[in-house]
Amino acid sequence: MLDFSWHCHPEVVVLFGPSGAGKSMTFRMLSGLVTPDSGEIILGGKTLYSHAKGINCSPQQRQVGYLFQHYALFPHMTAAQNILYGHPAPRTPAALSELQALLGQFQLEAVAWARPAALSGGQRQRVALARALMRKPAWLLLDEPLSAVDLSVRRSIRSELKQLQRRLNIPMILITHDLGEAFSMADRLIIYDQGRVVQSGLPEEILANPLSPIISEWAGHCPPAHSPVFSF
Amino acid sequence: MDSVVDALRLSLLVSFSATALLFVVGLALAWVLAMRQFPGKNFLDALISIPLVLPPTVVGYYLVVLLGRRGWIGAPLYRWTGWSVVFTWQGAVLASFVVALPLMVRVARAALEAVDKDLVQISATLGKSEWETTWRILFPLAWRGILAAVLLSFARAMGEFGATLMLAGNIPGHTSTLPLSIYSAFQSGDDALAQQMAVLLTLVSVVVMILANRWAGQRL
Repeated sequence: MLDFSWHCHPEVVVLFGPSGAGKSMTFRMLSGLVTPDSGEIILGGKTLYSHAKGINCSPQQRQVGYLFQHYALFPHMTAAQNILYGHPAPRTPAALSELQALLGQFQLEAVAWARPAALSGGQRQRVALARALMRKPAWLLLDEPLSAVDLSVRRSIRSELKQLQRRLNIPMILITHDLGEAFSMADRLIIYDQGRVVQSGLPEEILANPLSPIISEWAGHCPPAHSPVFSF
Repeated sequence: MDSVVDALRLSLLVSFSATALLFVVGLALAWVLAMRQFPGKNFLDALISIPLVLPPTVVGYYLVVLLGRRGWIGAPLYRWTGWSVVFTWQGAVLASFVVALPLMVRVARAALEAVDKDLVQISATLGKSEWETTWRILFPLAWRGILAAVLLSFARAMGEFGATLMLAGNIPGHTSTLPLSIYSAFQSGDDALAQQMAVLLTLVSVVVMILANRWAGQRL
């Protein structure tokens, strides 16, 4: 059972909630890997899914940049081949120059011809991100992008991701378990619990008026007497 | 010696032809069973697997019922073309194909299912069609298992006896493959010839099994 509704703009949207709250399933629905039972998914005026209108765009048509939790790099391809795989016409000179640009942008020139098994966690993440960008996505879905990288580099990756969103100016939606990370990155925060959206809004609004016990406790507030669950 | 060479040549012709057919049809079936959900999937799986548990002579009997000159498919085929698969080397190919099909499908399907599903899904989000994902992700990552499936099927085809005897008969130089020739030699008291061919068939099978185990990276 998963029941949610929210809107976003070209901004960093953070989905926060405990394991099993439905965050990853939301991503699978947004990207077209799983079909919802009802509802609508609209991106920039284009309907990607509508139960009522009988529309269901395939994952190939959705122009989504999806970063899986463990990156899902193709183990039989080099870093460069992985990135190039995201291009619709990989054999063209344009694709190769875009590859060069992405390798430079993500500091991957030195490991371009290495297979994923030989890369560090951070390098793998950058390859996966570059591969997703090669597709020129209309939105980015990042499933726990910081969970598999060292604590020492998390802070810098947070700001890099934020800068990336500002540069691309597309919605960047990311999942996290870490409230500190959620509040430090989010332009808009969406709190999930048990398959529902408990609260959504600007981080400061949520912090000022938390509607779920976990946020209140974290913010040092007393838990509200009633924790209403909104189903939009 | 000529009869050994003839039988070996025929066995290789039949086994390579059956393996080529198995590679195409078996891999397609393995792909469908590994990647798709559809009504009747369990039935299809069971149907393909039946030759594993039925005696090959029974499989051969059904093939005759189906493809014989008076068979369900064989009768109209004979009427239109004047040709029947019964008592031909193509019949031996068909018998080997049906008997080895469950091996090919099961081993190849396991290899395809072992590929991380995340890789298939990420390929879809990167805009690649199912066809392209199959060729560029699934097959390259599952090739060892697919190769093992092909080798095992080849070995099974080389050793096929019962269904071949029922459908293609035992015509020297025409449909007498190595296993059938061994039986004929043994029946006629030519133990030396039977022994030569038995050793030859064993050697081929052992080599194929060693290669299959090595390429699959595990014991099968």
